[in-house]
Amino acid sequence: MSHAVELRDVSRHFGDVRAVDRVSLAIEDGEFFSMLGPSGSGKTTCLRLIGGFELPTSGEILLHGAAATDLPPYERDVNTVFQDYALFPHLSVLDNVAYGLRMKGVGRAERRQKAEAALEQVALGGFGGRHPGQLSGGQRQRVALARALVNRPRVLLLDEPLGALDLKLREQMQVELKGLQRKLGITFIYVTHDQGEALSMSDRVAVFNQGRVEQVDRPRDLYARPRTTFVAGFVGTANVLSGEAAKRIARTERAVSIRPEHIRLGAPGPGQLGVSGRVIDVQFHGPTSRYEIDADGARLAVMTANQGGDADAGRPAPGDAVELAWSPEAMIELEGTAPP
Amino acid sequence: MTGEPRADGRDGRDGRGGLRRAGDAVSTFFYRRQRLYLWLLLVPPLLWFGVVFLGALIALVWQSTYTFNDFTMQVTPDLTVANYKALLASVNLDIVIRTVAMAIAVTIACVILGFPLAYYMARYTRGTARGLFYLGVMLPMWASYIVKAYAWTMILSQGGIIYWVADHTGLRPVLDWLLTLPYVGGSSLTTSNLGRLMVFTYAWLPFMILPIQAAIERVPPKLLEASADLGARPLQTFRTVLLPLAFPGVVAGSIFTFSLTLGDYIIPQLVGPPGLYIGTMVNLQQGSVGNLPMAAAFTAVPILIIAVYLAIARRLGAFDAL
Repeated sequence: MSHAVELRDVSRHFGDVRAVDRVSLAIEDGEFFSMLGPSGSGKTTCLRLIGGFELPTSGEILLHGAAATDLPPYERDVNTVFQDYALFPHLSVLDNVAYGLRMKGVGRAERRQKAEAALEQVALGGFGGRHPGQLSGGQRQRVALARALVNRPRVLLLDEPLGALDLKLREQMQVELKGLQRKLGITFIYVTHDQGEALSMSDRVAVFNQGRVEQVDRPRDLYARPRTTFVAGFVGTANVLSGEAAKRIARTERAVSIRPEHIRLGAPGPGQLGVSGRVIDVQFHGPTSRYEIDADGARLAVMTANQGGDADAGRPAPGDAVELAWSPEAMIELEGTAPP
Repeated sequence: MTGEPRADGRDGRDGRGGLRRAGDAVSTFFYRRQRLYLWLLLVPPLLWFGVVFLGALIALVWQSTYTFNDFTMQVTPDLTVANYKALLASVNLDIVIRTVAMAIAVTIACVILGFPLAYYMARYTRGTARGLFYLGVMLPMWASYIVKAYAWTMILSQGGIIYWVADHTGLRPVLDWLLTLPYVGGSSLTTSNLGRLMVFTYAWLPFMILPIQAAIERVPPKLLEASADLGARPLQTFRTVLLPLAFPGVVAGSIFTFSLTLGDYIIPQLVGPPGLYIGTMVNLQQGSVGNLPMAAAFTAVPILIIAVYLAIARRLGAFDAL
């Protein structure tokens, strides 16, 4: 079976800037696929290439197996939820949602009925008569979603759709989006710079850095087995050791990553590795505490669970000398060297 | 940081001029009295607008109901609707229709020529390039309007550059054919309505481009992308998104082209066929005849037309997106 979206060696240059640099991706039908990366990493340009708003400098784009590299947006069976929603200010909410159907020549009665159903779907039934300016940010976001979904696209592109919402609303919308995707079975391609969002919602995540894809994996694998120093550092927190520090502390020639929660305070047991250092800072995060340790010039983060009450008494404080221990399997070997 | 600002505006720093301190005191005084400050700002423009502008307009309309004695050539303040009745006489009605028809033609020509340029300026130019476009659009307005109108009589005349170009490109038969058309044509370009349309369009085009450009600039490019994303072809996007959102600019521009054409009395005298325009009629009535009430009644026509036009534009939803 062909992929929902396939990028073959796609590049997009803006002058000397390689916004997207030889990216190849295959996104399965019905998948919730995230493109994760810092700003300027090429993830949004990549989405715009799939949507047809940009043309690749080189490479090929296929939608459901058919060549789509040069197709204009209005001939692609994909729809986009834009970052700032891009609702039409001169049209009512209902007309906004019905816009795609109107362009396809669907009759007035039918598109009205479908648009109303789409608004119901995003819990905005009865809002059709309003204008976008009269809605809150969260409501506008839902209208943008309904406007895209009413066209029954086979692929939905979402460009940081929750970026403008406050934290509570964002968490609620994450659950709703995921539920909607599962129910409709549409391929979602989701651009975000929020690694928590990408990890919690996606079937697979592509991590972008400087126009290139560093790794494509399931969230669990991405976290457990980051392949590069960039991925290790960007997805979750990681202690990346390289060069001298790797040799001295991890006893390996290659760069390694150790997650803070895999390091234990205390002397190493049999078969474990360890290092001694000094506590610089302790941060309380509710269920966990995070220790910043200086181990002969290398800085290590250590995460421990808080039991609460007396069990936490006697923990090391800033300035205390401590010993750290971890198992060899906690160390993930990385490609590429850490940035200096 | 220094606690409450003191009402006298002194901040305790020494070594500053008394004038500066007095200025600070005034600033602080008004900073705490925003309403008074606003009133002071608004009084001069309000006086100008209310007395000089609206007052003159009301006086004008009022005088259009005065009586003009044809025998003594005197104006007496006896109220009458005779001037408005006279407007409806077929001679005068012809003048109104002639002027309005030209205003409509000029407006349409300005929209057709101005919109693409305004679109290009708003969408594809930045910095210096845009500055040059602004300059280019407004440069003609630096020269005297009457000089330009006279210059056009040369351009349009037999032996002028347009005839020369037509002769050398084999387009002369097309030009001659255009000039045989009713309403449009005439014995030469200089004496044709086509020529007059060209001069009017030349003169008022900047007033159409600038408001449309400002309106298009305010349309987020994302909206056009969203439209294409939802399956709209470029022409559909233009009709359903860009044009409705830029329409207030078109309306603003057409108010300029409309009212300027309705009030102009220079171009109709210099270019085009004989026949009075509202502007030339007003000029004639108040200058040669001294019938100020009739001139005032003619002046009321553009006001009425613009009011009706705005009402229609509003009904069409031109201002919904504002």
